[in-house]
Amino acid sequence: MHPIRKKRLTIVLFLLAGLSVAVALTTYALRQNINLFYDPSQISAGEAPVDVRIRAGGMVEEGSVVRDPESLKVEFLVTDYSASVPVEYVGILPDLFAEGQGIVAMGRLNAEGRFVADQVLAKHDENYMPPEVAGALEKASNAEAKSAAESTKPATY
Amino acid sequence: MWQFFHKLGSPKWFFGISTRFMPWLLAGGLLLLMAGVVWGLAFAPKDYLQGNSYRIIFIHVPTAFMAQSIYIMMASAALVTLVWRMKLADVFVKAVAPVGLVLTFLALFTGAVWGKPTWGTWWIWDARLTSMLILLFLYGGVIALDRAINDEKSAARAVAVLVLVGVVNIPIIKYSVDWWNTLHQPATFKLTEKPSMPAEMWVPLLLSVLGLYLIFGWLACVRMQTEILSREQRTRWVKEFVLKGRG
Repeated sequence: MHPIRKKRLTIVLFLLAGLSVAVALTTYALRQNINLFYDPSQISAGEAPVDVRIRAGGMVEEGSVVRDPESLKVEFLVTDYSASVPVEYVGILPDLFAEGQGIVAMGRLNAEGRFVADQVLAKHDENYMPPEVAGALEKASNAEAKSAAESTKPATY
Repeated sequence: MWQFFHKLGSPKWFFGISTRFMPWLLAGGLLLLMAGVVWGLAFAPKDYLQGNSYRIIFIHVPTAFMAQSIYIMMASAALVTLVWRMKLADVFVKAVAPVGLVLTFLALFTGAVWGKPTWGTWWIWDARLTSMLILLFLYGGVIALDRAINDEKSAARAVAVLVLVGVVNIPIIKYSVDWWNTLHQPATFKLTEKPSMPAEMWVPLLLSVLGLYLIFGWLACVRMQTEILSREQRTRWVKEFVLKGRG
């Protein structure tokens, strides 16, 4: 390669490397601002500020959704499978909201550690499958649970 | 290899060779894109959770993929402009920037259309959406900077620097969903693992991505040829080409 071109290439690559380091450090320093939401472990560890509008995200815990029969009030637990946070919300939930689904809620954490949401968004995961496959998977996991339960029975005799 | 590289620097050579490839690019691209989109929109099974609304991925994923892919190609061309001062590299950047802008806009728009019923909001300032918006502004900035400088050579260098600076955004878009908590889901397709999607969904998606790639190739050739003709209008070969007509 021509020496002038070689010099230009070195300069350009050097600048690009410097720029990448600068951007990497900036985004690393701002990571808490770039994160869209706090997860339940962070909230229960006291990392989230109290009575400030923040977002909390995680999975809706199975069997935790309690609907008020008189109003649109819903209470549920949001979990990341190591900690969970109680959430209350009054309003219409998105179609994808269900137990075991991911959500992101916007609202305030009160002094008792309950999250009072004023907006609940559904988070979709990266898995796609046809309804028949999903049905078959569910059947298979039910059958497995049943056979597991049966196989443990003789041991209790 | 170097001989090919130097030939690429000649606008006249590129004009001749691209004319030969273009019909194939267009035909192949249209065929693949039509097959992928029709298969995806009409025949692929629906999703167990989202029903039919997930079908927007057959438009959303190809446009978003191309928007980033075009930027990487532009950045490589910008490097060539800065180091080798190759005219054709600059012609490429200038020709494809508006295509990238349109595709980025389409990706954001289809994402918003899908986000409203699925997430419950059409826009949120999460890392993936914001970095994609920055990509849109980068494309806009490249076009504006190029138009703002009259001198062809200084415009080429200024644009190349801007494009190279902006390339830092590409890994941020790609990994935003892994590095930070975002509302946007992580990638369904990974190089090392099986896609978390059955084949009757990802095959049409792959077809439409490939189709869009070929159509982009055709579009890039058309726009580069136009740019070459206008830049080289004083040379003999262009005058002869215009007098002779296409035949």
